Amino acid sequence: MARIIGGLTTSHIPSIGNAVPREAQLVNDPYWKPFFAGYPPAREWVQKVKPDVAIVIYNDHGLNFFLNNMPTFSIGAAAEYRNADEGWGIPTIPPFKGDPDLSWHIIESVVEDEFDVASCQEMLVDHGFTVPMSLFWPNNSYSGVKTIPVCINTVQHPLPTPMRCFKFGQAIGRAIESYPKDINVLVMGTGGLSHQLDGERAGFINKEFDLLCMEKIVNDPEALARYSIPELVRLSGAQGAEFILWLTMRGALGDKVKKIHSNYYVAISNTATALMVLEKAA
Amino acid sequence: MTHATHPDVHIPGTYMFDGKAAMKGYALNKMCYSFNSKENRDEFVKDEDAYCTKYGLNDEQRAAIKARNVLALIHAGGCIYYLAKFAGIFGLSVQDVGAQQTGMSVDEFKKMVRAQGD
Repeated sequence: MARIIGGLTTSHIPSIGNAVPREAQLVNDPYWKPFFAGYPPAREWVQKVKPDVAIVIYNDHGLNFFLNNMPTFSIGAAAEYRNADEGWGIPTIPPFKGDPDLSWHIIESVVEDEFDVASCQEMLVDHGFTVPMSLFWPNNSYSGVKTIPVCINTVQHPLPTPMRCFKFGQAIGRAIESYPKDINVLVMGTGGLSHQLDGERAGFINKEFDLLCMEKIVNDPEALARYSIPELVRLSGAQGAEFILWLTMRGALGDKVKKIHSNYYVAISNTATALMVLEKAA
Repeated sequence: MTHATHPDVHIPGTYMFDGKAAMKGYALNKMCYSFNSKENRDEFVKDEDAYCTKYGLNDEQRAAIKARNVLALIHAGGCIYYLAKFAGIFGLSVQDVGAQQTGMSVDEFKKMVRAQGD
Protein backbone atom coordinates (compact mmCIF):
# COMPACT_ATOMS: atom_id res chain seq x y z
CA MET A 1 0.00 0.00 0.00
CA ALA A 2 1.02 3.61 -0.48
CA ARG A 3 2.67 5.34 2.47
CA ILE A 4 2.57 9.00 3.44
CA ILE A 5 6.09 9.81 4.51
CA GLY A 6 5.59 13.39 5.60
CA GLY A 7 4.89 16.95 4.62
CA LEU A 8 6.71 20.06 3.52
CA THR A 9 5.56 23.63 3.67
CA THR A 10 7.20 26.63 2.09
CA SER A 11 6.39 30.13 0.96
CA HIS A 12 6.07 30.42 -2.83
CA ILE A 13 6.75 34.11 -3.52
CA PRO A 14 7.37 34.78 -7.24
CA SER A 15 10.65 36.62 -6.63
CA ILE A 16 12.03 33.37 -5.17
CA GLY A 17 11.38 31.77 -8.56
CA ASN A 18 13.61 34.36 -10.15
CA ALA A 19 16.25 34.02 -7.42
CA VAL A 20 16.50 30.22 -7.36
CA PRO A 21 18.73 29.95 -10.47
CA ARG A 22 21.16 32.35 -8.74
CA GLU A 23 21.09 30.71 -5.33
CA ALA A 24 24.83 29.94 -5.31
CA GLN A 25 25.56 33.69 -5.41
CA LEU A 26 22.59 34.89 -3.37
CA VAL A 27 23.25 32.58 -0.45
CA ASN A 28 25.82 35.17 0.67
CA ASP A 29 23.58 38.15 0.04
CA PRO A 30 22.28 39.63 3.32
CA TYR A 31 18.71 39.82 2.00
CA TRP A 32 18.58 36.22 0.72
CA LYS A 33 20.95 34.42 3.10
CA PRO A 34 18.50 33.88 5.98
CA PHE A 35 16.00 32.51 3.46
CA PHE A 36 18.15 30.10 1.44
CA ALA A 37 20.05 28.96 4.54
CA GLY A 38 16.88 27.19 5.64
CA TYR A 39 16.66 24.83 2.67
CA PRO A 40 19.66 22.43 2.75
CA PRO A 41 18.29 20.37 5.70
CA ALA A 42 14.91 20.12 3.94
CA ARG A 43 16.56 18.94 0.72
CA GLU A 44 18.60 16.38 2.63
CA TRP A 45 15.39 15.06 4.18
CA VAL A 46 13.74 14.80 0.74
CA GLN A 47 16.74 12.84 -0.53
CA LYS A 48 16.58 10.56 2.49
CA VAL A 49 12.87 9.74 2.34
CA LYS A 50 12.81 9.37 -1.46
CA PRO A 51 9.25 10.28 -2.40
CA ASP A 52 7.81 8.64 -5.51
CA VAL A 53 4.97 11.16 -5.70
CA ALA A 54 4.52 14.69 -4.36
CA ILE A 55 0.97 15.94 -3.80
CA VAL A 56 1.31 19.72 -4.13
CA ILE A 57 -1.46 21.69 -2.42
CA TYR A 58 -1.31 25.25 -3.72
CA ASN A 59 -3.39 28.15 -4.97
CA ASP A 60 -3.60 29.38 -8.54
CA HIS A 61 -3.01 33.14 -8.85
CA GLY A 62 -4.74 33.66 -12.18
CA LEU A 63 -2.85 31.44 -14.58
CA ASN A 64 -5.03 28.36 -15.01
CA PHE A 65 -8.30 29.62 -13.56
CA PHE A 66 -10.21 32.84 -14.13
CA LEU A 67 -13.43 34.12 -12.59
CA ASN A 68 -15.50 32.58 -15.40
CA ASN A 69 -14.90 29.22 -13.79
CA MET A 70 -13.53 29.15 -10.26
CA PRO A 71 -13.55 25.79 -8.53
CA THR A 72 -13.07 25.71 -4.77
CA PHE A 73 -11.12 22.44 -4.85
CA SER A 74 -9.55 21.03 -8.02
CA ILE A 75 -7.20 18.12 -8.64
CA GLY A 76 -4.94 17.59 -11.63
CA ALA A 77 -5.35 14.32 -13.52
CA ALA A 78 -2.83 14.82 -16.30
CA ALA A 79 0.29 12.93 -17.35
CA GLU A 80 2.28 16.15 -17.38
CA TYR A 81 2.04 19.70 -16.02
CA ARG A 82 3.71 22.82 -17.31
CA ASN A 83 4.07 26.37 -16.11
CA ALA A 84 3.70 29.41 -18.34
CA ASP A 85 4.10 33.17 -18.56
CA GLU A 86 2.20 34.73 -15.64
CA GLY A 87 2.61 38.26 -16.93
CA TRP A 88 5.79 39.32 -15.21
CA GLY A 89 8.70 37.18 -16.17
CA ILE A 90 8.87 34.08 -14.03
CA PRO A 91 11.02 31.56 -15.92
CA THR A 92 9.47 28.66 -17.80
CA ILE A 93 10.98 25.49 -16.37
CA PRO A 94 10.98 21.81 -17.41
CA PRO A 95 7.60 20.04 -17.19
CA PHE A 96 6.48 18.00 -14.21
CA LYS A 97 5.46 14.36 -14.50
CA GLY A 98 1.96 13.51 -13.39
CA ASP A 99 0.48 10.31 -12.02
CA PRO A 100 -3.00 10.04 -13.58
CA ASP A 101 -3.66 6.66 -11.96
CA LEU A 102 -3.15 8.02 -8.44
CA SER A 103 -4.95 11.26 -9.38
CA TRP A 104 -8.10 9.37 -10.31
CA HIS A 105 -7.83 7.19 -7.23
CA ILE A 106 -7.72 10.34 -5.07
CA ILE A 107 -10.55 12.01 -7.00
CA GLU A 108 -12.76 8.93 -6.67
CA SER A 109 -11.91 8.48 -3.02
CA VAL A 110 -12.48 12.11 -1.92
CA VAL A 111 -15.77 12.38 -3.84
CA GLU A 112 -16.92 9.18 -2.13
CA ASP A 113 -15.87 10.99 1.05
CA GLU A 114 -18.21 13.90 0.11
CA PHE A 115 -15.57 16.34 -1.24
CA ASP A 116 -16.88 17.08 -4.72
CA VAL A 117 -13.73 18.26 -6.47
CA ALA A 118 -13.21 19.46 -10.04
CA SER A 119 -10.92 17.20 -12.05
CA CYS A 120 -8.49 18.72 -14.55
CA GLN A 121 -6.96 16.78 -17.44
CA GLU A 122 -5.20 19.93 -18.51
CA MET A 123 -3.79 22.27 -15.93
CA LEU A 124 -1.15 24.98 -16.07
CA VAL A 125 0.69 25.24 -12.76
CA ASP A 126 1.84 28.65 -11.54
CA HIS A 127 4.43 29.88 -9.03
CA GLY A 128 2.39 28.47 -6.14
CA PHE A 129 3.36 25.04 -7.45
CA THR A 130 6.67 25.61 -9.26
CA VAL A 131 8.58 27.70 -6.69
CA PRO A 132 8.35 25.01 -3.97
CA MET A 133 9.33 22.29 -6.47
CA SER A 134 12.39 24.30 -7.54
CA LEU A 135 13.32 24.97 -3.91
CA PHE A 136 13.22 21.35 -2.76
CA TRP A 137 14.67 19.89 -5.98
CA PRO A 138 17.63 22.19 -6.79
CA ASN A 139 18.40 22.86 -10.45
CA ASN A 140 14.91 21.56 -11.22
CA SER A 141 16.06 18.00 -10.55
CA TYR A 142 12.47 16.78 -10.02
CA SER A 143 12.31 14.38 -12.97
CA GLY A 144 12.36 11.41 -10.60
CA VAL A 145 9.23 12.41 -8.70
CA LYS A 146 5.67 12.40 -10.02
CA THR A 147 3.39 15.23 -8.99
CA ILE A 148 -0.30 15.81 -8.41
CA PRO A 149 -1.49 19.42 -8.19
CA VAL A 150 -4.30 20.08 -5.72
CA CYS A 151 -5.52 23.63 -6.16
CA ILE A 152 -7.63 25.53 -3.63
CA ASN A 153 -9.35 28.83 -4.40
CA THR A 154 -7.87 31.78 -2.51
CA VAL A 155 -8.70 34.36 -5.20
CA GLN A 156 -12.39 34.95 -4.72
CA HIS A 157 -14.34 34.88 -1.46
CA PRO A 158 -15.96 32.83 -0.10
CA LEU A 159 -12.85 30.71 0.41
CA PRO A 160 -13.35 27.28 1.95
CA THR A 161 -13.12 27.47 5.73
CA PRO A 162 -9.88 26.40 7.42
CA MET A 163 -11.71 23.48 9.04
CA ARG A 164 -13.11 22.36 5.69
CA CYS A 165 -9.58 22.44 4.24
CA PHE A 166 -8.21 20.47 7.18
CA LYS A 167 -10.91 17.83 6.65
CA PHE A 168 -10.24 17.83 2.89
CA GLY A 169 -6.62 17.07 3.75
CA GLN A 170 -7.75 14.20 5.96
CA ALA A 171 -9.77 12.83 3.03
CA ILE A 172 -6.70 13.11 0.77
CA GLY A 173 -4.72 11.23 3.42
CA ARG A 174 -7.29 8.42 3.52
CA ALA A 175 -7.25 8.30 -0.29
CA ILE A 176 -3.45 7.96 -0.45
CA GLU A 177 -3.35 5.27 2.22
CA SER A 178 -5.95 3.20 0.38
CA TYR A 179 -3.93 3.20 -2.86
CA PRO A 180 -2.71 -0.36 -3.52
CA LYS A 181 0.70 0.48 -5.04
CA ASP A 182 3.79 0.33 -2.83
CA ILE A 183 4.93 3.95 -3.10
CA ASN A 184 6.14 6.79 -0.87
CA VAL A 185 4.01 9.90 -1.00
CA LEU A 186 5.03 13.37 0.13
CA VAL A 187 2.40 16.06 0.75
CA MET A 188 3.32 19.71 0.24
CA GLY A 189 1.35 22.76 1.40
CA THR A 190 2.64 25.98 -0.15
CA GLY A 191 2.15 29.71 0.45
CA GLY A 192 2.12 31.99 3.47
CA LEU A 193 2.89 32.95 5.98
CA SER A 194 1.52 36.39 6.89
CA HIS A 195 1.38 38.90 4.06
CA GLN A 196 -0.93 41.39 2.43
CA LEU A 197 -0.50 42.81 -1.06
CA ASP A 198 -3.60 44.96 -1.45
CA GLY A 199 -5.27 47.86 0.30
CA GLU A 200 -3.96 50.49 2.69
CA ARG A 201 -2.87 47.68 5.02
CA ALA A 202 -0.45 46.32 2.37
CA GLY A 203 2.81 45.18 3.93
CA PHE A 204 1.14 43.80 7.04
CA ILE A 205 3.06 40.99 8.77
CA ASN A 206 2.26 39.29 12.08
CA LYS A 207 5.30 37.45 13.41
CA GLU A 208 3.65 36.45 16.67
CA PHE A 209 0.75 34.77 14.87
CA ASP A 210 3.06 33.12 12.32
CA LEU A 211 5.14 31.56 15.09
CA LEU A 212 1.96 30.37 16.80
CA CYS A 213 0.86 28.72 13.54
CA MET A 214 4.26 27.03 13.12
CA GLU A 215 4.06 25.70 16.68
CA LYS A 216 0.43 24.56 16.68
CA ILE A 217 0.45 22.96 13.25
CA VAL A 218 2.69 20.21 14.62
CA ASN A 219 0.59 18.89 17.50
CA ASP A 220 -2.63 20.92 17.61
CA PRO A 221 -3.65 21.79 14.03
CA GLU A 222 -7.36 21.70 14.86
CA ALA A 223 -6.89 24.76 17.09
CA LEU A 224 -5.77 26.62 13.95
CA ALA A 225 -8.47 25.07 11.79
CA ARG A 226 -11.08 26.67 14.07
CA TYR A 227 -10.23 30.21 12.89
CA SER A 228 -12.67 31.69 10.39
CA ILE A 229 -11.39 33.10 7.10
CA PRO A 230 -12.05 36.72 8.21
CA GLU A 231 -10.11 36.01 11.41
CA LEU A 232 -7.23 34.57 9.39
CA VAL A 233 -7.27 37.64 7.15
CA ARG A 234 -7.22 39.93 10.19
CA LEU A 235 -4.39 38.04 11.91
CA SER A 236 -2.35 37.00 8.89
CA GLY A 237 -3.13 39.52 6.14
CA ALA A 238 -5.34 39.26 3.06
CA GLN A 239 -3.05 36.72 1.37
CA GLY A 240 -2.00 35.15 4.67
CA ALA A 241 -5.24 33.21 4.25
CA GLU A 242 -3.08 30.90 2.12
CA PHE A 243 -2.47 29.20 5.44
CA ILE A 244 -5.48 27.01 4.52
CA LEU A 245 -3.08 25.24 2.14
CA TRP A 246 -0.82 24.34 5.06
CA LEU A 247 -3.81 23.08 7.02
CA THR A 248 -4.86 20.87 4.10
CA MET A 249 -1.37 19.37 3.99
CA ARG A 250 -1.42 18.84 7.75
CA GLY A 251 -4.80 17.11 7.58
CA ALA A 252 -3.36 14.58 5.13
CA LEU A 253 -0.51 13.64 7.48
CA GLY A 254 -2.78 12.13 10.15
CA ASP A 255 -2.71 12.49 13.91
CA LYS A 256 0.95 12.37 14.81
CA VAL A 257 3.88 14.09 13.15
CA LYS A 258 7.40 14.92 14.18
CA LYS A 259 8.95 18.26 13.29
CA ILE A 260 12.26 17.65 11.55
CA HIS A 261 13.18 21.20 10.59
CA SER A 262 11.81 24.72 10.27
CA ASN A 263 12.90 28.18 9.21
CA TYR A 264 11.25 31.61 9.49
CA TYR A 265 12.42 34.90 8.02
CA VAL A 266 10.91 38.35 7.55
CA ALA A 267 10.80 39.15 4.73
CA ILE A 268 11.15 38.26 1.09
CA SER A 269 9.18 40.75 -0.93
CA ASN A 270 6.08 41.52 1.21
CA THR A 271 5.92 38.11 2.83
CA ALA A 272 7.01 36.47 6.05
CA THR A 273 8.66 33.32 4.71
CA ALA A 274 8.41 30.00 6.45
CA LEU A 275 9.57 26.47 5.82
CA MET A 276 8.68 23.32 7.72
CA VAL A 277 9.56 19.65 7.39
CA LEU A 278 7.13 17.32 9.14
CA GLU A 279 7.60 13.57 9.23
CA LYS A 280 4.67 11.29 9.76
CA ALA A 281 5.00 9.51 13.10
CA ALA A 282 3.55 6.15 14.06
CA MET B 1 -16.20 45.64 -3.69
CA THR B 2 -16.96 45.22 -0.03
CA HIS B 3 -14.87 46.31 2.89
CA ALA B 4 -13.74 43.29 4.83
CA THR B 5 -16.83 42.77 6.88
CA HIS B 6 -18.24 39.75 8.53
CA PRO B 7 -20.77 39.67 11.37
CA ASP B 8 -17.91 40.24 13.80
CA VAL B 9 -14.95 41.42 11.71
CA HIS B 10 -13.99 44.71 10.16
CA ILE B 11 -10.43 45.07 8.96
CA PRO B 12 -9.36 48.60 8.02
CA GLY B 13 -7.43 48.91 4.76
CA THR B 14 -8.44 45.41 3.70
CA TYR B 15 -10.88 44.41 0.97
CA MET B 16 -12.53 41.06 0.52
CA PHE B 17 -12.68 40.20 -3.16
CA ASP B 18 -16.12 38.59 -2.99
CA GLY B 19 -18.91 37.86 -5.44
CA LYS B 20 -20.07 41.46 -5.44
CA ALA B 21 -16.58 42.75 -6.26
CA ALA B 22 -16.04 39.97 -8.79
CA MET B 23 -19.17 41.03 -10.68
CA LYS B 24 -18.25 44.71 -10.54
CA GLY B 25 -14.68 44.08 -11.65
CA TYR B 26 -15.26 41.32 -14.19
CA ALA B 27 -14.26 43.25 -17.33
CA LEU B 28 -11.24 44.83 -15.62
CA ASN B 29 -10.02 41.53 -14.20
CA LYS B 30 -10.61 39.77 -17.50
CA MET B 31 -8.44 42.33 -19.24
CA CYS B 32 -5.69 41.93 -16.62
CA TYR B 33 -5.94 38.13 -16.89
CA SER B 34 -5.29 38.49 -20.63
CA PHE B 35 -1.89 40.01 -19.75
CA ASN B 36 -0.57 36.52 -19.07
CA SER B 37 0.18 36.58 -22.78
CA LYS B 38 2.97 38.77 -24.12
CA GLU B 39 1.07 39.29 -27.34
CA ASN B 40 -1.79 40.85 -25.34
CA ARG B 41 0.57 42.97 -23.23
CA ASP B 42 2.11 44.32 -26.43
CA GLU B 43 -1.33 45.04 -27.86
CA PHE B 44 -2.28 46.97 -24.70
CA VAL B 45 0.93 49.00 -24.76
CA LYS B 46 0.38 49.85 -28.40
CA ASP B 47 -3.11 51.30 -27.84
CA GLU B 48 -4.39 51.33 -24.28
CA ASP B 49 -7.73 52.93 -25.04
CA ALA B 50 -8.58 50.47 -27.79
CA TYR B 51 -7.62 47.57 -25.54
CA CYS B 52 -9.82 48.85 -22.68
CA THR B 53 -12.69 49.22 -25.14
CA LYS B 54 -12.17 45.70 -26.41
CA TYR B 55 -12.67 44.38 -22.86
CA GLY B 56 -15.60 46.72 -22.10
CA LEU B 57 -14.13 48.60 -19.12
CA ASN B 58 -16.37 51.25 -17.56
CA ASP B 59 -15.29 54.86 -17.05
CA GLU B 60 -14.14 54.32 -13.47
CA GLN B 61 -11.99 51.36 -14.50
CA ARG B 62 -10.54 53.16 -17.52
CA ALA B 63 -9.60 56.17 -15.38
CA ALA B 64 -7.94 53.96 -12.78
CA ILE B 65 -5.99 52.11 -15.49
CA LYS B 66 -4.91 55.40 -17.01
CA ALA B 67 -3.78 56.70 -13.60
CA ARG B 68 -1.98 53.38 -12.73
CA ASN B 69 -3.70 53.80 -9.38
CA VAL B 70 -3.92 50.49 -7.57
CA LEU B 71 -6.33 51.59 -4.83
CA ALA B 72 -8.66 53.07 -7.46
CA LEU B 73 -8.42 49.81 -9.41
CA ILE B 74 -9.39 47.86 -6.29
CA HIS B 75 -12.32 50.21 -5.68
CA ALA B 76 -13.35 49.59 -9.30
CA GLY B 77 -13.54 45.86 -8.61
CA GLY B 78 -9.97 44.81 -9.37
CA CYS B 79 -8.51 41.72 -7.72
CA ILE B 80 -4.86 42.06 -6.74
CA TYR B 81 -3.87 38.73 -8.32
CA TYR B 82 -4.95 39.99 -11.75
CA LEU B 83 -3.83 43.57 -11.12
CA ALA B 84 -0.32 42.20 -10.48
CA LYS B 85 -0.21 41.26 -14.16
CA PHE B 86 -1.12 44.84 -15.10
CA ALA B 87 1.59 46.16 -12.77
CA GLY B 88 4.03 43.73 -14.37
CA ILE B 89 3.71 45.51 -17.71
CA PHE B 90 5.40 48.52 -16.11
CA GLY B 91 7.94 46.43 -14.22
CA LEU B 92 6.33 47.26 -10.88
CA SER B 93 6.92 44.79 -8.05
CA VAL B 94 4.49 44.07 -5.22
CA GLN B 95 6.68 46.35 -3.10
CA ASP B 96 6.21 49.22 -5.55
CA VAL B 97 2.49 48.50 -5.46
CA GLY B 98 2.55 48.34 -1.65
CA ALA B 99 4.37 51.66 -1.44
CA GLN B 100 1.82 53.29 -3.73
CA GLN B 101 -1.14 52.06 -1.69
CA THR B 102 0.32 53.05 1.66
CA GLY B 103 1.63 56.43 0.51
CA MET B 104 5.22 55.58 1.38
CA SER B 105 8.39 55.63 -0.65
CA VAL B 106 9.47 52.15 -1.76
CA ASP B 107 12.40 52.27 0.68
CA GLU B 108 10.12 53.27 3.55
CA PHE B 109 7.73 50.49 2.63
CA LYS B 110 10.50 47.87 2.55
CA LYS B 111 11.77 49.11 5.92
CA MET B 112 8.28 48.92 7.40
CA VAL B 113 7.84 45.34 6.17
CA ARG B 114 11.23 44.24 7.47
CA ALA B 115 10.79 45.94 10.86
CA GLN B 116 7.86 43.66 11.61
CA GLY B 117 10.33 40.77 11.81
CA ASP B 118 12.17 42.30 14.79
